[in-house]
Parts: sequence; structure tokens; C-alpha cells
Amino acid sequence: MSSEKELKIDKIKSGTVIDHLPAGSGPTVLRILGIDSKWGTSVSVAMNVSSKSGKKDIVKVEDRILQKEETDKLGLIANNATINIVENYNVKEKHHVSPSEEMIGVLECKNPKCVTNQGEPVVTNFKVESANPLTLRCKYCERIMEKELLEEQL
Amino acid sequence: MSIKGRDIITIDSLSKADIEQVLSNSAKMQSLLEKGKCDLLKGKVLATLFFEPSTRTRLSFESAMHRLGGSVIGFSEASNTSVKKGETLADTIRTVDQYCDVIAMRHPVEGSAQLAADFSEAPIINGGDGAHTHPTQTLLDLYTIQKEKGKIEGLKIALTGDLKYSRTAHSLSYALSMFGADLVFTTPEELKMGKDFTSALKRDFGVNIEEKTKLEDVVSDVDVMYVTRIQRERFPAPEEYEKVKGVFKVDLELLKNAKKDLKIMHPLPRVDEIAPEVDATEHAIYFQQTYNGIPTRMALIAGVLGVEP
Repeated sequence: MSSEKELKIDKIKSGTVIDHLPAGSGPTVLRILGIDSKWGTSVSVAMNVSSKSGKKDIVKVEDRILQKEETDKLGLIANNATINIVENYNVKEKHHVSPSEEMIGVLECKNPKCVTNQGEPVVTNFKVESANPLTLRCKYCERIMEKELLEEQL
Repeated sequence: MSIKGRDIITIDSLSKADIEQVLSNSAKMQSLLEKGKCDLLKGKVLATLFFEPSTRTRLSFESAMHRLGGSVIGFSEASNTSVKKGETLADTIRTVDQYCDVIAMRHPVEGSAQLAADFSEAPIINGGDGAHTHPTQTLLDLYTIQKEKGKIEGLKIALTGDLKYSRTAHSLSYALSMFGADLVFTTPEELKMGKDFTSALKRDFGVNIEEKTKLEDVVSDVDVMYVTRIQRERFPAPEEYEKVKGVFKVDLELLKNAKKDLKIMHPLPRVDEIAPEVDATEHAIYFQQTYNGIPTRMALIAGVLGVEP
């Protein structure tokens, strides 16, 4: 007999399960993964699921392994989430998401006067100064990325 | 750790020990300078790439290199260079890097000095990158204070003018905090130093910071008054600017209540925030401050090239 949890979200045969996401972050995670209405494989999102440490979201994506850029972005919004790589219904690998010390080439600096926005052959680079509150500083102009401007890019 | 081979991009990329070394070497450079000819950097070439106007910074870099026996190449505006043809800064830097041993650069774009450092083998010394930073100004300011007062730690230093936007005021506040001075930020409400910045200084250095809105309230109590320009365009209405400008003027009347050995500094150019009548007083050291740009930049250029005085 299936448990209540299994009724909420089916197990996946192979792909990625992102667990312990902050409650309410599921839609942002889908955006980071580029999953929209045209997505072809099975995707499950559970929001505000009760857990030992309060409410959380879970995202399961069939036949999909995360790229480094995606895990870097996840680290910005979901410190302590876990990424489970599933093969044949078994968890093959499991690791915690943590913010990188640097975000290279992932985000744009929103300071229009920054040298990274002047057509120079340069890759953006942000130092993650603090995970909570999330503080990112541009290596070049040293401006702190405002939270709203960061969320626009996820 | 020495500054040999390093880029000088921001003041906070230098440790206290690095800065102390630069200040100590600046004093040695000043002795050499006053003795006459010096050939410490004979055969070395400095490129001064000034993409926007500058009087003091460019000329003092060039004078510093000449005084060290080295040569100077460069430009004082970008209009006669390949930048005009659309060349990127990265390519300009890669090109100039082939011609020189060290580069001093001013550029209007924020972060351009770091980009130059990414593309250059030769050390980059930032002579100002837009509203970002101007570390050599801070170093010459520290040298001036130390020379005039014999120390920095324990001095009470007022910073006045546009503290909200001034890169000079931010970098200097950071460095003075590192060296244990007490700070008095004196500025109209509209131009106050950002709270986050002030909190970070207190957190990182345990610095004492007072905030005041009138020069009259601080003039009798401080050892150094560092004046910066208040810019008209920062104010929503012209009458607001006029009101503040009058209050934030350093003149003989204000200085009646000053400590006898109060020193007044200004990064220059000034507009009317220090009355010319102050120039002849013992308080005014802003032209000595300008002169100090030479030994400080001599120490920096030689330092990044690994040459000690």
C-alpha cells in the first residue's frame, strides 16, 4: 500500500530529486532549470511539504542531470538543499547544495557603469561574501548585487 | 608581504603591513627626491594611460617616474588612440603591456582597473576608475597625515563634504579605521555616509565614529579636517545646495575655534569649500598634500617593480 508521501509525488526512475528546498522556492527552481510548459519529461513539484525542520519544497525531474551553472544558482537560493541523482529508482549520488565562493559567468552585473557591461571580453565574476543574508559583490566594480536584481536573473 | 609584482587596484586589497611599507618607503623616497637625482628605475618604462582628464594624478605619476630615473610613455586623453576606432580596453592594455614595465591608468568606467589587471603582465596602478576607487590618493593622504602628525592612530579626524558619493572619503575612512584613528563624519543629512559602510567599519575595525551636521560643532575638537567638494548636482533643488554650501565652508571665522595644530586637507580641485584666505594659515596643508603625491607614487611604482629605496 502506498504511503501518503508517495501519493503526493511519484518516485522517478532516473533523473534528479532536489529536496529540502526552502518553502515556496519551487517555481524559482523550475525557472533556474529552464523548465516551462513545453518541457517534455515528467516533473513533480511539491510545495510547503511538512518536514522535521518545517515546511519545504521538493522538485523531481525525470531524465535530467543538473549542470554546474544550475547548481551554482541553486546554491544562491537553496543553501542546504540536497541533490539526489536517481538511477533505476535508487539514489546513486546525494550531495548538499552550498553557495560557491565565486559565481563566474553566471550572473550579469546590473551596474550599467560596470566594465562588464561595456562590450569588453570579460566574464562576470561575483564573490559570495555571505550566504545569509545573501551578499554578492562584483569583482570589477565591487557593487553589491541587490536582492531584487539577483532574483530577476534566476 | 611586499607589493612587488602586484596590482594596486583598491585600498582594501592592501594589508596594513603593505600600507606601512608604502608609507615608510614614501618617506625614504622623499629624502632621495630632496637630495636630487636618483636612478633607481633607470631603463624602466611607465605607461600613463589616462582616458579622462586629470591634472594632479597623471602629472605626479609622470614626475615620480622621471624622478626615479625612468621613462614615461602614454596619453592624457583617449581621442588620439585606437580607442577612438572602437578598440576594447582589453586590447589596448594587451598592446601597451608590450611597451612598458608598469602601467598607471585612469578610466571613467567602474572596474576598468581590475579588467586591465586581468589582461596585463605589467603591474597596474589604479589612478581612478570612475566612481569606484582611487587608492593612490588614499595612500598619499595617509602619508601626509603621518608626516604632519607623526602618527595616525588615536588622531581625531573629521571628514566633511560629499561623504555619500565621494570615493576618496570612502577609501580614506577605510584606511584610517584600519590605522586606529577616530572619525567624525560631518556632512548635511543628504550627503551622509551610507549606514552599511559605517557599520562595516565599526564591525571590522572597532573604530569610533561620530556623525555631525555642522563644522562649528567639530572644529575645536579634531586634529585633522579632511574637506571634499560638495557637488551641486547631488541636490534636488538649487536652493538646498546654496544653503548647505554656505554652512560647509572653511574660512578664518570657523578656524577661530580650531586647535592650534589642526591641519586641513583637501584632495583638490576645490571650488569654494575652503576660502583662499585659509591658504596662508598654518592649518592649510593641501598643497603639501599634493606634493606628497610624488614620493608616494615613487614608492608605489618602485614597489610594484620590486625596487626598494
